[in-house]
Amino acid sequence: MIPAEFDYEKVATIDEAINAIADGGKILAGGHSLIPAIKLRLNQPSKLVDITGIPTLKGIKEEDGEIVIGAGSTHGEIATDTLIKKHLPFFAEGAAMIGDLQVRNYGTIGGSLAHADPGADWPALVLAADAAIEVQGNGGKRRIKATDFFTGLFSTDVKEDEIIIAVRIPIPAAGATTTYQKFVQPASRFAIVGCAVMRFADGKINIAFTGVSDNAFRESNAENALSGKPLNDPAIDEAVNASLQNADIMGDHYASGEYRKHLAKVYLKKALKAVM
Amino acid sequence: MATQIRVKVNGIDYNNQVEPRLLLVHYLRDVLRLTGTHVGCDTSSCGACTIHINGKATKSCTILAVQANGCEIKTIEGMADNGKLHPLQEAFKECHGLQCGFCTPGMIMTAADLLEHNPEPNEEEIRYALEGNFCRCTGYQNIVKSVQFAANKMKEGVNV
Amino acid sequence: MSTTNGLIGRSVKRVEDKRFISGKGRYTDDIILPNQTYASFVRSPYAHAKILSVDLAEAKGMPGVVAIFTGADVADVNGVPCGWQVNFKNGDLMKEPKHPLLVADKARHVGDAVAIVIAESKAQADDAARAIDVEYEELPCVIDAFKGAQPGASLVHDDVPNNMCFDWALGNPIAEVDEAIASSAHVTTLEFVNQRVIPNAIEPRACNSSFDAGNDSYVLYTSSQNPHLIRLLMCAFVLGLPEHKVRVVSPDVGGGFGSKIFHYTEEALLTWATKKIGRPVKWTATRSESFLTDAHGRDHVTKAEMGFDKDGKMTALRIKTFANLGAYLSTFGSCVPTYLHGTLVQGLYTTPKINVDVTGVFTHTTPVDAYRGAGRPEATYLLERLVDLAAHEMNVDPAELRFKNFIPPFDGIGQPGYQTQVALQYDSGNYEGVLKKGLEMLGYDALRKEQKDASKNGKLLGIGFSTYIEACGIAPSAVVGSLGARAGLYEVGQVRVQPTGKVSVYTGSHSHGQGHETTFAQIVADKLGIPMEDVEIVHGDSESVAFGMGTYGSRSLAVGGSAIMKSVYKIIEKGKLIAAHKLEVSADDIEFESGKFTVKGTDKSVGFVDVALTAYVPHVFPPDLEPGLDFSSFYDPTNFTYPFGCHIAVVEVDKETGKVVLKRFVAVDDVGNIINPMIVDGQIHGGVAQGIGQALFEGAEYDENGQLTNGSYMDYCMPRADDFPMFELGGQVTPCPHNPLGVKGAGEAGTIGSTPAVVNAVLDALWSGGHEVKDIRMPLTAERVWRAMQ
Repeated sequence: MIPAEFDYEKVATIDEAINAIADGGKILAGGHSLIPAIKLRLNQPSKLVDITGIPTLKGIKEEDGEIVIGAGSTHGEIATDTLIKKHLPFFAEGAAMIGDLQVRNYGTIGGSLAHADPGADWPALVLAADAAIEVQGNGGKRRIKATDFFTGLFSTDVKEDEIIIAVRIPIPAAGATTTYQKFVQPASRFAIVGCAVMRFADGKINIAFTGVSDNAFRESNAENALSGKPLNDPAIDEAVNASLQNADIMGDHYASGEYRKHLAKVYLKKALKAVM
Repeated sequence: MATQIRVKVNGIDYNNQVEPRLLLVHYLRDVLRLTGTHVGCDTSSCGACTIHINGKATKSCTILAVQANGCEIKTIEGMADNGKLHPLQEAFKECHGLQCGFCTPGMIMTAADLLEHNPEPNEEEIRYALEGNFCRCTGYQNIVKSVQFAANKMKEGVNV
Repeated sequence: MSTTNGLIGRSVKRVEDKRFISGKGRYTDDIILPNQTYASFVRSPYAHAKILSVDLAEAKGMPGVVAIFTGADVADVNGVPCGWQVNFKNGDLMKEPKHPLLVADKARHVGDAVAIVIAESKAQADDAARAIDVEYEELPCVIDAFKGAQPGASLVHDDVPNNMCFDWALGNPIAEVDEAIASSAHVTTLEFVNQRVIPNAIEPRACNSSFDAGNDSYVLYTSSQNPHLIRLLMCAFVLGLPEHKVRVVSPDVGGGFGSKIFHYTEEALLTWATKKIGRPVKWTATRSESFLTDAHGRDHVTKAEMGFDKDGKMTALRIKTFANLGAYLSTFGSCVPTYLHGTLVQGLYTTPKINVDVTGVFTHTTPVDAYRGAGRPEATYLLERLVDLAAHEMNVDPAELRFKNFIPPFDGIGQPGYQTQVALQYDSGNYEGVLKKGLEMLGYDALRKEQKDASKNGKLLGIGFSTYIEACGIAPSAVVGSLGARAGLYEVGQVRVQPTGKVSVYTGSHSHGQGHETTFAQIVADKLGIPMEDVEIVHGDSESVAFGMGTYGSRSLAVGGSAIMKSVYKIIEKGKLIAAHKLEVSADDIEFESGKFTVKGTDKSVGFVDVALTAYVPHVFPPDLEPGLDFSSFYDPTNFTYPFGCHIAVVEVDKETGKVVLKRFVAVDDVGNIINPMIVDGQIHGGVAQGIGQALFEGAEYDENGQLTNGSYMDYCMPRADDFPMFELGGQVTPCPHNPLGVKGAGEAGTIGSTPAVVNAVLDALWSGGHEVKDIRMPLTAERVWRAMQ
């Protein structure tokens, strides 16, 4: 499979990248979502803007009480990063479940978030971690809360002139527990259901799902059901019962809507038990 | 609009003008005529095209040749060292880890990345690491054994 | 016969591996010819559509375009033929509509080729193909074999009523079988679908055809299991070319599994086109094209009933199957659901009354043909599913039920084999032996106890059996000829001893992973008492190898190996004449052993190399002794071979999600004598994995519009390394009594046995949890299993 013709520009700075996409260019990061699409000619951009040479998009660091993951960090880098393992262990677990070894070596968190595949793993993780996605465009930098980021099937709040530069996650106070529970689509290894849970030291619990609907979401009914209670079996059952009341559930030949909903509840229960 | 790239492949420098849409796998196969790297699918799934870019296993069907500009690339043809086969190559032969041979180069390149980072993988880790490489002939049975065999050989090699 | 040097029976490491592990394999797509052009196809996006117009104007003017051809250009060229004639029950010939190289009037499945674009580069061919504007009028389509055969179904071919290619039956008269079923104490009935699977050799199909105008000759490189047959069919039936002017080469082939047996339209079209444009044309399928155009496998809709008497003895078996043939008849499309399926439904049992009835149906789908096992997996699936289900229904142990009904052991030596109700005569077998061994390896009794406790952990444990038989070593030409084959199924083996004693062996078998370069060299080196390095196996090139019928049906060693053996015997006999001459004794006094020709009872001898040299330097030969040491033989087997075995699967089913995990897989296969145990184990491994794939992961999914909705690896689930445990292999050897090596064949055994074992195990798990489920449609996805438990 050979893509249609396009121009290619490799940029060295974020400003150059913003200028290049203003001319109609499409951002190329790891390319592991984009290149398969352009090979199948499902997507035929006139120009690709390669941002992998921008040094500031690389690296994972701690800054002002936040973990800052450069948008160009690969899934593999995140899965093995000591800072991540210490503060956000479910990011490491989830990253290690993405695609396969080769894909994790090249695919990036920024690329995955921008693509917003309904079965991708990162959306559930960033939602559960109260992350913000930092973007930069002609109007400068801004932070989009994860809860505002995913706007639909393959769509996000990133504007046409903006690129994702980092994911910022407030470092949770000591004592937080996290988990990511995934039921894989056996062919693609995307999530049929991915359930990310973060339980903070103060007892607050964030729950997010991917794979279930057009876009990832926080399961606020279940969160509310758990609010202010000790996390025990009856509370978990109550939360599971409360969950997915209003969700618009996807169906395909691996999982109908009815089964997916059932699975989501099973995986929510697993996840809550894991952080008990 | 052709673009100039410079890459080092199996230790040799190459300079070529390529179309931006040229996939790295086609550059290796059709331009450099290194045909040991194969194409088995169009969805970045099968792993037959796996090579190393700057030491990491990568699917060369999902990289543009222009993206590899300035990189060091290793393909199956570069795995032997001065005519001495890599322990994984030896192991695949020793353990009957291949039949038709089509997936083998990619399989070896992925396994090499695994052993680089995890020299003593258990069976489950090997199976997980090879998730992105399809084999239709072996049921993966002897591939897993090959990787275990190579790991042991490489460990002995280090200890000597 | 001489004693051997011990190479037979040893796990010799493979000779061919050297090139594959170092990236030096040479597959069809690796070849670029001087002045090469590249082809890309325009394929129908509709399952059934009238082609109203094809507008080439824009594409013709695009950069690099060399030529474009459409269905109109090849209207006068024949279509690709079917190799097997099946008759209707009333004696009428099967319906055999034309399978054109490019369609002009109508597209009959998604992927049917409408035009070919040839350009200077692959990219330019792709670009231009996308610029061709085809106007279609979409028509109603039919996807399912049963529905396709009902009155009023949309017709695939206007001249084939009810889409019925043939109806066919085998076995005892139906009235007798009906009566036996009616008077049975218990009847187990199963209605099920053996779903369509897609072979998915990891090397996509490819071909590269060139024409030499200087001597009017062609060379076709093609990724085929069967180069000589491709040449024959293409020359004699499609293009009308002189066969001696056409060379077909199948170099290294990256897996076949049946899908590369057949003569495909692309091979003939490229060969037709190369002459038109005077340049070589190459085409390599994308994976998306492979999904749509490689012949698919299985796809039966079946009702099967098995009767038992009050003691659990099988009384009768009645089968009605609708077999989906796809839009056109592929090379062996007609014989797979009939003669490779109906003839095996007796299995290992003494069932006295059997009738199998098969209707072959055209549908608006990709053609269906042999996929690893070809008909025999379908037969085994229906039979072994019936046996385990009957055991549940009658509340008896499934192993006991089998022991009660097995054909008793027989070695087939000095006695005829076992005559079944469905035409075949089994060669030799010890069926209870493999099941006994399987149960021992499994630790059956302990596992049944464990099954009772498993439920406590939210899991259900299941044990599933399959005891299978297959007909391999295809096939005696006289038998298959009488059943409709349009070719003989012998094999050719030439052994050429070079003057220095090195040996070149030319075989009509084709290796695409089976390791012939090793196994065949082991046989020849062993019998001639020479080092293996002195033997080279040549295959896959119609110019080097006299003729061949290719590799499929687990026939290479049993038929191809036997042909080589015949030539080896001739070499030894001729060698004795030469040695006798050198040693000045009668040839009757010479014996050959371990590479030496010796005068009996003396230490006077002459070595193999010496004899070889003398054969080519015949300075003092007597007039009746011909120079040279080179023999070619055709071997036509006298019967099929009948490998058999016992497969047992142990699965765990998650009660909450329905997810199945395969915990153990025990396989005891009896494939007759074994030349290279390592290679045989490898064949079993791969076969088992593919059979498990059908049970748990794989299946073509068409929507009602005939779109293949899982035509990519993102949706079609290929088994991966982490889907399997280590298989536990046992073995038993019951030699084949009728071929010189005593071998039966190992290529398909794994696939044939494994599928029902896995499905039976899942159902056993469900029954153990109180869910009395008769059937779950394959593949057993988590959702399907979960639903069965609701």
